[in-house]
Amino acid sequence: MSILEARKLQVYRKGAEPMKLDCNKQSVAGSVSQRACVFCGSRVVLYPIADALHVVHGPLGCASYTWDIRGALSSGPQLHRLSFSTDLREMDVIQGGEKKLAKALCQLIDLHQPKAAFVYSTCIVGVIGDDVEAVCRQVSAVKGIPVLPVHSEGFRGTKREGYRAACEALLKLVGTGSTEGIGPVSVNVLGDFNIAGEVWIIRDYFEKMGVQVVATITGDGRVDDIRRAHGAALNLVQCSGSMMHLATRLKEERGIPFKRVSYFGIEDMAQALYDTAGFFAELSPGIVERTAALVGGELAVIMPQIAQYRRKLEGRKAAVYVGGAFKAFSLVRALRQLGMDTVMVGSQTGLREDYEELRQLCDEGTIIVDDSNPLELSSFLQEKQVDLFIGGVKERPIAYKLGVGFCDHNHERKEPLAGFAGMLNFAREVYNTVASPVWKLTPRGRKRELSWS
Amino acid sequence: MLLRHTTADVMERSALTINPAKTCQPIGAMYAALGVHNCLPHSHGSQGCCAYHRSALTKHYKEPVMAGTSSFTEGSAVFGGQANLLQAITNMFALYNPDVIAVHTTCLSETIGDDIVQIIAKAREEGKVPPGKHVIHANTPSYVGSHVTGFSSMVKGMVKYFSEATGRKRNQVNIIPGWVEPSDMRELRRISRTMGISPNIFPDTSDVLDAPMTGQHEFYPRGGATVEEIRHSGDSRSTLALGPTASEAAALALQEKCEVRAEVLELPIGLVATDRFINALRHRSGIRVPGFITDERGRLVDMIADMHQYFYRKRVALFGDPDQLVPLAEFLVTMDMRPVYIVTGTPGKRFETRIREAIGDSVPEVQIRQGPQADMFLLHQWIKREGVDLLIGNTYGKYIARDEDIPFVRFGFPILDRVGHSYFPTVGYMGGMRLAEKILSVFMDRQDRNAPEESFELTM
Repeated sequence: MSILEARKLQVYRKGAEPMKLDCNKQSVAGSVSQRACVFCGSRVVLYPIADALHVVHGPLGCASYTWDIRGALSSGPQLHRLSFSTDLREMDVIQGGEKKLAKALCQLIDLHQPKAAFVYSTCIVGVIGDDVEAVCRQVSAVKGIPVLPVHSEGFRGTKREGYRAACEALLKLVGTGSTEGIGPVSVNVLGDFNIAGEVWIIRDYFEKMGVQVVATITGDGRVDDIRRAHGAALNLVQCSGSMMHLATRLKEERGIPFKRVSYFGIEDMAQALYDTAGFFAELSPGIVERTAALVGGELAVIMPQIAQYRRKLEGRKAAVYVGGAFKAFSLVRALRQLGMDTVMVGSQTGLREDYEELRQLCDEGTIIVDDSNPLELSSFLQEKQVDLFIGGVKERPIAYKLGVGFCDHNHERKEPLAGFAGMLNFAREVYNTVASPVWKLTPRGRKRELSWS
Repeated sequence: MLLRHTTADVMERSALTINPAKTCQPIGAMYAALGVHNCLPHSHGSQGCCAYHRSALTKHYKEPVMAGTSSFTEGSAVFGGQANLLQAITNMFALYNPDVIAVHTTCLSETIGDDIVQIIAKAREEGKVPPGKHVIHANTPSYVGSHVTGFSSMVKGMVKYFSEATGRKRNQVNIIPGWVEPSDMRELRRISRTMGISPNIFPDTSDVLDAPMTGQHEFYPRGGATVEEIRHSGDSRSTLALGPTASEAAALALQEKCEVRAEVLELPIGLVATDRFINALRHRSGIRVPGFITDERGRLVDMIADMHQYFYRKRVALFGDPDQLVPLAEFLVTMDMRPVYIVTGTPGKRFETRIREAIGDSVPEVQIRQGPQADMFLLHQWIKREGVDLLIGNTYGKYIARDEDIPFVRFGFPILDRVGHSYFPTVGYMGGMRLAEKILSVFMDRQDRNAPEESFELTM
C-alpha cells in the first residue's frame, strides 16, 4: 500500500530503526483523516456537565452532530443531552449573530434555570467577528449565572486545542465556590466522562478507601462541584490529553498537585488506587491497607473469570486506534492481560513522548501510527491478520468489512470498561466479538477456520 | 422524562433552535457524491465537518464512508483555502486515485469567499488533475438550506459538470431518485426495468452504502453512477425527478442544458404516489403494466384492507424531510389516518401547498411548520397540547415517543439505533407494504402491552 510521502514519518514499525515518529501536526490536506476539530474537542469534554446549558453558536450542523452524541451518564439533570443552537442563517452571517445569541441565551436560561451556560463558538463565529465574550458578560450580569465562552472555532487546530479551550472555560468556574466541608483527604477526578457510568465505579472505590471526591470533571459533572474543586488536595488526571492543561494550571496557580492515572485494565486501575493511597498515607492512617483489601477483594471476584477468557484469547492479535495516546497504553496492557498481542497501535492526537512510551511498551514489529486513515488502517489490519480492532464510530465498519471483531472504546461503549468490574466487561466483550461465529461466515473466516475451545 | 423541560405553552422563539429537525447542507452533498462511482467526496473546510459527516453517515448506513477534507487552519481562515484545496486535489489523486473528486463547501470556506470554480481551474492549469479525471463542486454553506438542499446542489453539480447532449438520443430515462436509501434506489431500478424502461439513475448509492460483505474494505465499492452514465443523461429521452426538494434543481438544469424533458414527481412512497410513478413509467415505455406489478399493488391493497380496522382516524405526528413527508402524509390518509402535525426544518417553497394537496380536505386540523424554529421542541409542545396516536420520524423522535408514551415508527434520516432501513425499500408497492407493516406492528405491540390480562388476546 502506498503511504502519502508527507505521512511516511507518521508511521513507525518497531524494530532496529530508532523511532523518529512525526506527530502533533496538522493533517495533510486531502488525507481521509479520522480526526475531528477544535469544536469537537471542547464539546466532548464539557458535554457531560449535566446542569449546565450548552449552546452552540453557529449554523445548525455543529449542534445537530453533537446532540446527545456521547453516552455520558448523569445521575440527576439531563439538560446536557438536549441540542441548542443559534441556527445562524445567511442574514446573520452578514449582520452578525450577537443579538441572536443574547436572545437565545436569555430565553434558554429562563426556561431551564441552569447553573451555568457554555457558549461554543464555531468556525464561522471566528470569521464574522461576533464578540462572544461581551455577549456572555452581559447575559451573565443580567441573569446572575456564569456564562462562559468556549473558543472552539474548528479551524484553530485539532481536538487537542479544543481540550485546551474547554479547560480555559472550566478554569473560570474553578475557585468561585465555597470549599466548606472539604477534608484534607480529597481528590478531583479529572478526565473521566462517565461513559456507561464509569465514574460511578471509580468514585465508589475512592469512597471505600476513605477519600472524598470533590468534583468529577466532567463525567456526571455539576457546576457547583466544579466551582469548589480548588478545595481538593489532589487532582487525578485520566485522559491526559484533555485535562492536563487544567491540572497544570491548578498546580501552578493553586498549588494542587496532580497524578496521571488510568482506570482501564487491572494493572493501571490498581496503580491509580495505590498511588492515591500513597499520597494520603500520612494523613489517613490505614489507607494503604484499606486499598489493598479493596483491590484484593475486587481481584478475587474477577480473576477466575478473566483467566477463563484468557485461555480462550491467548495468542490472538489486536489492533488499537483511539483518540488519545494515553488510553492506548492502558489498552495494550489490558490486552496483554488477556493474552493478546497488540500488533498495531495508533492515535489521532498523541505527542512524541506518548509514542515513545508506546514504543517501549510494545513488542517488536508492532506498527505505531499517528493520525492514520482508513486505507492505512485496513491495510495494517490485513497485513497483521488481526482478530480484534479497538476504535470508535468510524473504525467499526472497517473492521466488520474485513471480517474482524470490534470493540468500541469510545463514545459508543455501552458497558463500563473502567475499574475492575470494567476489566471483566472488557474481557467478555473482546471474547464475544472475537469468538463470534459470524466471522466464520466471512471469506476470511472460511479460509482460516478458527477453532475455539 | 428526558424532555421534562418541554412546556405545553408554545413559546415564541426567533433566535433559537431546540432539538433540530434538520442538519446542514454539506452532509447532503457528501451523501450525493457517494452515489457516483469511484468518487471521493471532499469537504472544503475544517477537519471536524468531514469527521462529523462521515460519522453521521456511518451511524445511519453502518458502512465505512470515505471523504477528504481541506483541513483548514487559522492561516487558511485568514488567507483563504486555495492552497489547501490545491494540495488536497494533488494528494487525493496520488493516494486514492478516484475518477472524480466532488468538492463541497462549508460555512467557513463560503464566508471567507473561496472561489471553488477558480481553484479547480487553477488545479487543471497546473496539471494537478490527471487526464481523464474530474473535479466537480457544489456550494453548500451551512447557513443556507438544509442537508436536503445540499444533496440537491451536488446532484445539480453532476449535471452541470458531466451531462452532455450529443444529438444522438439514447433509449433511456433519467431517474433522479432524491435522498432515499440505497435499497430504494435499487428498488426504483427494479421497478423501472420491469416497466420496460432502461433507467439511468444518478446518484445511486446502492452497492456503495449497502455493499455486501466480501472480506475486503473496498475504498470505492462497486456501485454508483459512472461519469459516463451521468454524461449520457444528456441524451436520455426524458428525466423523472423524484422529490422536488432534492431532485428538481438537477432535472431543470438538465432540461436547460441538454433539452431533456423533465417531469417532477413526489417520491413514490405509498399507494397513490407509486401509482403516479408507475403511470409516468408506463407513458414513457408505452407498455401495459405487467401482471406482477399489478399483483404487487393488489397485495398492498389487500394488506391495507386486512389492517384497516386498526387505523381508523388515528392521529399521527410526522417530522423529517419535505420529499418524504408529502407522500407519507398522503399514504397515511389513504389508510384512513390523520397526519395532524407535520414539521420539517428544511426551508423551501411550496412545502405547505404540497402537503395540503397530498392530504386534500381530510385533515382540516393539520398544523404544518417549516424552516427555522420548526424543530422537535415545537413538535413536542404541540403533542403535549393535544396528543397523537403515532409518531413517525428519524431516531431523534425516540425522546418524545418515550416521554409521551407514543407508538413510534422510525423513518427518514438519520436512523442511528436500528438496522434494516438501508436494506429494505420504502418506495414502491413493496415499500408501502413494509411501512404499513411497521405501523400496524407498533399499534399491536402497544395493544398487547397495555391490555389487562382478561382482555389480552391471542388473535388480531
